[in-house]
Amino acid sequence: MADSDTVTRAAPDTVKILIAGGFGVGKTTMVGSVSEIAPLRTEEPLTEAGLGVDDLEGIEEKKATTVALDFGRITIGDDLVLYLFGTPGQQRFWFMWNDLALGALGAVVLVDVRRPESSFAAIDFFERRGIPFVVGVNGFYGEHPYPPEEIRDALALPEHVQVLLCDARERGSSRDVLIALLDQLIAAAVN
Amino acid sequence: MAGGDTAGRLVRPFALTGGRTRPSRADFTLITTVTAVDPPPTWATRPQPEQQRILRHCARPIAVAELAALLDLPVSVIVIMLCDLLEAGRITLRPPRPVSQNPDLDLLQKVRDGLGRL
Repeated sequence: MADSDTVTRAAPDTVKILIAGGFGVGKTTMVGSVSEIAPLRTEEPLTEAGLGVDDLEGIEEKKATTVALDFGRITIGDDLVLYLFGTPGQQRFWFMWNDLALGALGAVVLVDVRRPESSFAAIDFFERRGIPFVVGVNGFYGEHPYPPEEIRDALALPEHVQVLLCDARERGSSRDVLIALLDQLIAAAVN
Repeated sequence: MAGGDTAGRLVRPFALTGGRTRPSRADFTLITTVTAVDPPPTWATRPQPEQQRILRHCARPIAVAELAALLDLPVSVIVIMLCDLLEAGRITLRPPRPVSQNPDLDLLQKVRDGLGRL
């Protein structure tokens, strides 16, 4: 604490990656498993513009006036910090996604094999905007009943989008999904 | 888990901004880093208690989203207060690394190597 550089310490560069997918697919779990801090949460009050446009079915009453955003942090080095933002899963919070996606390196779309359709909208969002993403198939209880190629077909994913089987609870597994995204970004940058 | 604000907070969030709901500048993002200016400028006026709390938390560089989470305030409220602190010369800000259509290969490699070390 007594370092003379404490006062002049330069702020690090910051970058972000989004962890997206349907409601309850394991986004916050993945953020938490690789983050160096317990996932943090901010809650934004909703304006009327964001309310009542979508299906409210199944939304808990107490969450009706704010939207929560969970995120974590990975310090890459003294001068670079990576933030991971879990995107709000419920359809009615999609208006927040544009802001979140702005300036992101890319995204991980988590898919629950039991209900892959819950992540269709997330895949569509990133495809439409040309934001690079990989698909992580989160095996609940570590189980993976379908091979990646079958899931690729079911989701009609283009060839360059990687599909990885993962367990969002496992640090190593979540890390590997992020590395796959970076490899995909690097490959695209080289070409 | 971050709830309970109605019980714990004495002031409703937008009362802290004088009722303003929009920031005076648009360049604060979730991962913009803010750092308190130390020592404060000689012309600085005494900050309000909530501003004081922000300044304490950004003695070291901290991202806007982290500040909001730690102070249990909406990002929109934090950003308005940060605009005031910036105009008062109490903080500096560093925008995130720009991500363009032509990604910076060195940056990507650095992030990839960092993840590899986890």
